[in-house]
Amino acid sequence: MSLDKDTVRRIAMLARIKVPEADLETMAGELNNILGWIEQLDEVDTDGVEPMTSVSDFRPELRADVVNDGGDAERALANAPENANGFFVVPKVID
Amino acid sequence: MKLTELTIAAARDGLAAGEFTSVELTAANLSAMENTRDLNAFVCETAEKAQDMAAASDVRRARGADLGAMEGIPIAVKDLFCTEGVRATACSHILDGFTPPYESTVTTNLWDAGAVMLGKTNMDEFAMGSSNMSSYDGPVTNPWRAGDDGAKLVPGGSSGGSAAAVAARMAMGATGTDTGGSIRQPGAFCGVVGMKPTYGRCSRWGVIAFASSLDQAGPLTRTVQDAAIMLGAMAGHDPKDSTSVNESVPDFEAALTGDIKGLRVGVPKEYVVDGMPGEIGELWRRGVDWLKDAGAQIVDISLPHTKYALPAYYIIAPAEASSNLARYDGVRYGLRVEGDSLQDMYANTRSEGFGAEVKRRLMIGAYVLSAGYYDAYYLKAQKVRARIAQDFHDAWETVDVVLTPTAPSAAFAQGEKMDDPIAMYLNDVFTVPASLAGLPAISVPAGLSSDGLPLGLQIIGRPFDEETMFRVAGVMEREAAFTAHPMTGEA
Repeated sequence: MSLDKDTVRRIAMLARIKVPEADLETMAGELNNILGWIEQLDEVDTDGVEPMTSVSDFRPELRADVVNDGGDAERALANAPENANGFFVVPKVID
Repeated sequence: MKLTELTIAAARDGLAAGEFTSVELTAANLSAMENTRDLNAFVCETAEKAQDMAAASDVRRARGADLGAMEGIPIAVKDLFCTEGVRATACSHILDGFTPPYESTVTTNLWDAGAVMLGKTNMDEFAMGSSNMSSYDGPVTNPWRAGDDGAKLVPGGSSGGSAAAVAARMAMGATGTDTGGSIRQPGAFCGVVGMKPTYGRCSRWGVIAFASSLDQAGPLTRTVQDAAIMLGAMAGHDPKDSTSVNESVPDFEAALTGDIKGLRVGVPKEYVVDGMPGEIGELWRRGVDWLKDAGAQIVDISLPHTKYALPAYYIIAPAEASSNLARYDGVRYGLRVEGDSLQDMYANTRSEGFGAEVKRRLMIGAYVLSAGYYDAYYLKAQKVRARIAQDFHDAWETVDVVLTPTAPSAAFAQGEKMDDPIAMYLNDVFTVPASLAGLPAISVPAGLSSDGLPLGLQIIGRPFDEETMFRVAGVMEREAAFTAHPMTGEA
């Protein structure tokens, strides 16, 4: 599998990162290098192997379903680039 | 002896005997920080807070209150940890000015144990790197040099500032985090002890996330005993992290009996890479001899999937990072770069806020998780990860610990390997397998290269058996008798 410019443009959109048109080729080259090196994984026989999603073999405990945090809008908003009336402010989405 | 030269264990005794106060010990470290600012190990100094915390510790001691395991000991904190009221930016532009309104569990535990915070240390952006060169706050200079006129060297990464601070006697210990080697490799490069506990031993709550199935906090210190003391204060169950294990924390220091008679040490034949300097292999063989002479039984083993650990890691870690770092969108904290629309604002913020290596990994992560490629890449990597974990599982049938080199080279010059991501990734070739398997592992300074740079050996233990790992590490430290000092040049 080799990435072309269109695929890199699509991935960049998925990752919400702007890659200037002029840089797409270079970026494709870099990513292809890494993915080419990763493809050695095809040598490993993984037939019948369960994918490993966690190293822990213990079951996480369930906590009581109770409110134990929150109600502190001021602290939650303290780091926001823009806030007003207890809300985060974003650019207008609907005209 | 200068106060900054003391180990944590010796400082603990000196404080208990009333030979000096925490205020004096802290002042000595703050002054060392001031004198070595050119290394750029700290990105934020909290001198006032340090003095207050030290004074409070001295009051507790004078009052005869219950004292913690780290009582009065000044330490540094990696900038990845959220610290209430003190910046935490993961050394990324995108978290500019972020001041957490809460404290991470690991640092809370340390302050509860009496430790004193000196400041926040430099690191690779979002812990993605092995050289500290990707930090938005600039590179860290390793206190070690190859000869008198040698080039400035990297401290390793991502916990490069923490390792440099401990090596340069600016802090008695420092917190680090390790996702694929980010404590152990800088430990080796800076000639200090770097320890990554079993996944689940330390809470990840309040640690800025990189790859959640791999991230673990751990200590960087100048001795194995200090690592045991500090880990004891960091670890423990935390209901706020569902992957933190609900088991009591053993007395790690008590495990340092100095006796490894009859313990079985595995030496895996696969821990060799092309172009590795001969002296790394020689040091490894010396390590084997030291443990053998101390009464351990050496067992040649095979961990057949070792070479696939690094490529599997470079699917799994970027995939998890692409999910974790989706939260940086210019809305709730950090940098915002305005745009024509909401989507445009997101993309502008992320393009300007993330550095080149982070962007590269987010792109890889988005790709391997995208429709049509998930099975070929992500699922395949998870299956290979299972194979690697099984290799270790099988090894534990015949051995108690595994001994390997920590890194395939000594510290390299700042700027080297920057145009070749894969060459940079290879730094972690010996540390990533234990990360993927979630195992405890420690790097111990064991010797000097022909250029006079420190080299480390790694001991990997069974899950939640840090005690045996520490015991063997303690013996290796004793046998290696590593006393070289980066600041005085004394060997």
